[in-house]
Amino acid sequence: MSDFVSDFWSIYITVIVIVGIVGLTYLLFSQSKTTVQKGEEVKTMGHVWDDDLEEYNNPLPRWWMLMFYITLIFGAVYLVLYPGLGTWKGIRGWTSVGQYKEEKAQAEAKYQPLYDKFMKMDVKTVAADPEAQAMGKRLFQTYCVQCHGSDARGAKGFPNLTDNDWLYGGTPEIIKTTLDGGRHGQMPAFGAAFGEEKVKDVANYAMSLSGKKHDAERASRGKETFTAVCAACHGADGKGNQALGAPNLTDNIWLYGGTEKTIIETVTNGRNNQMPAWKDFLGDGKVHLLTSYVWGLSNKAKAE
Amino acid sequence: METQSTYNYKVVRQFSIMTVVWGIVGMLVGVIIAAQLVWPELNFGPWFHYGRLRPLHTNAVIFAFGGCALFATSYYVVQRTCNVRLLSDKLAAFTFWGWQAVIVLAAITLPLGLTAGKEYAELEWPIDLLITVVWVTYAIVFFGTIAVRKVKHIYVANWFYGAFILAVALLHVVNSLAIPVSMWKSYSVYAGAVDAMVQWWYGHNAVGFFLTAAFLGMMYYFVPKQAGRPVYSYRLSVVHFWALIFTYMWAGPHHLHYTALPDWTQSLGMAFSLILFAPSWGGMINGIMTLSGAWHKLRTDPVLKFLVVSLSFYGMSTFEGPMMSIKTVNALSHYTDWTVGHVHSGALGWVAFISIGSLYYLLPRLFGRDGMHSTKLIEAHFWLATVGVVLYIAALWISGVMQGLMWRALNADGTLTYAFVEAVKATYPYHFVRLLGGLLFLSGMLIMAYNTFRTVAAGRPVDAKIPAVVAHAH
Repeated sequence: MSDFVSDFWSIYITVIVIVGIVGLTYLLFSQSKTTVQKGEEVKTMGHVWDDDLEEYNNPLPRWWMLMFYITLIFGAVYLVLYPGLGTWKGIRGWTSVGQYKEEKAQAEAKYQPLYDKFMKMDVKTVAADPEAQAMGKRLFQTYCVQCHGSDARGAKGFPNLTDNDWLYGGTPEIIKTTLDGGRHGQMPAFGAAFGEEKVKDVANYAMSLSGKKHDAERASRGKETFTAVCAACHGADGKGNQALGAPNLTDNIWLYGGTEKTIIETVTNGRNNQMPAWKDFLGDGKVHLLTSYVWGLSNKAKAE
Repeated sequence: METQSTYNYKVVRQFSIMTVVWGIVGMLVGVIIAAQLVWPELNFGPWFHYGRLRPLHTNAVIFAFGGCALFATSYYVVQRTCNVRLLSDKLAAFTFWGWQAVIVLAAITLPLGLTAGKEYAELEWPIDLLITVVWVTYAIVFFGTIAVRKVKHIYVANWFYGAFILAVALLHVVNSLAIPVSMWKSYSVYAGAVDAMVQWWYGHNAVGFFLTAAFLGMMYYFVPKQAGRPVYSYRLSVVHFWALIFTYMWAGPHHLHYTALPDWTQSLGMAFSLILFAPSWGGMINGIMTLSGAWHKLRTDPVLKFLVVSLSFYGMSTFEGPMMSIKTVNALSHYTDWTVGHVHSGALGWVAFISIGSLYYLLPRLFGRDGMHSTKLIEAHFWLATVGVVLYIAALWISGVMQGLMWRALNADGTLTYAFVEAVKATYPYHFVRLLGGLLFLSGMLIMAYNTFRTVAAGRPVDAKIPAVVAHAH
């Protein structure tokens, strides 16, 4: 697509640039002929300002003129070789997008064999390979640490990947699906539907499921609401449903926090969370290594 | 009439004193944010946060310190080289109070988080309007004074001041065009890559016309005056003036290399940035060569030292700038501390040094003294400032190149060698040295404030008489 809405602007730019460079060259050339003979006294211009301000009229230093000419020539040559004069593409046909694609292709040609080697092995085997684990760790340190942390233990809203507790499942296949396509976790808001009291009751029931200290009276009232509403996703026993990404509420592992206050917040406002998709960005080779690295984090013993 | 027979030094005095005051304020904020980079715990609450103090620092040093220095010297120079009092005392006084109002409003609104979000043009639309009114008044006073001059030829310093006033008016108005949605919120009329281009057309010409052309105007008066020597070459002035003001207008896109800006725009920005090298150096040559025959004065005159060292830093940073605009170099230097170091070698080494030297020349003359209260203190200021700048720049060179290399380092498998935070960690010692450099520079300014106070306290405001125009000045 052209950068210009009409040819006029391309011509406009081109003309100003050429007139500019030629004009600068002429300006320099027109003032470059004066020289001083050896022993010749340089005179002032004969103007005096403010008592004693005067100006000599020394010739332009040769080395400086040379420098100026060199940059002018460089500029002119550069604009013949590279895009710059309006729609002129430049003799070299260079574009920044082209350079990006070329560098990317070069990198792929250089590094792809490394990843291909591991693509042929299954995730569990790769997880036991020290070289693959080192590569996986480096990938993790570049792409995953921003959310999951350099120790992979996550943070509020970002799952801990080392505890063998999985929202969507922890088999190699499911981890790969998660990495490839990303996940969009949603918990609906029940604040308006339940009202404050009921939310508090349900929260206390949820706390009781994980064996936390809770208000027994509220919990027993909350159980009714839980069975009628929450069980649809979290299951009657509160153990969650990995097909939906609904967390297990009985294991005392909390994505957003397990205090009464936070659980009330979660139930009232719901939660909305996203893990990005990596397949298109990283490619299969890197996703495969990351899958094995992440699987290995919770399955160290099995991998070895 | 009494007022007609003297120059208007009052407005020059006011701007000169405020230059020292705002210099200290601006550099203090700079030292604070440098400390915040070393100790992030120093970010207290929203108003004292790095993100809000940083624009306060840049606005205070560029527009408050630099701006007041330019108002002071341009009003002084234009009167003395035109042999005529300023066109209007009232309008000149308005520019002083108006400019101070802009600065105070900036100091209030920026910490409150009221910002247009454009670098070096953060102030919101009501303040932008005030700037425009003050600036147009400045142009009327300056060009009006030139129009009624009693000397035929216009001295070279005034060309540079004039170009600066015209260009800044154009840049400010075009870049700040915005649609207000409330008293303190507006949106730029430009969008996307066009907005970025307009912003850096403005941003780089703020460097080119505010921080370069205008201070060259200062140089062309105070260097020959302090050295007692004629300017080296009128011819060189002509060539480098026109080449500089034409070429600077094109350099902006080098701030947007390898971005969504169209390729042709980036190429033009780079080509013209390189062409800018020789015209920039023309000013340095003319300044330094003016000293030939007066080099011995450097031994005893710390004011001249400030002026000469400023030209050296000017030469260094105007060589560094074109080099950094080359795409392959920029790919390493962009977004690193190197850029910050480059800006400061210009802002501290050139802009602040030439302003400080000029003020030391100016202050005694404005207050009827033969010289500053203490030459020794000027000497002390000179060394503190010099060591400060060198520490600052050297630290950020190392840290900048290190960042650039760490960010691009790859492992054998194509992954990044360093996580981002590792590069952050590696810069700590250099950021500490940078803070040290800033502290030294600031302490020099405090010495200057004391010296200024003693000079002013022992003197009295004088307005020099306008001498009769001598015949050969025509």
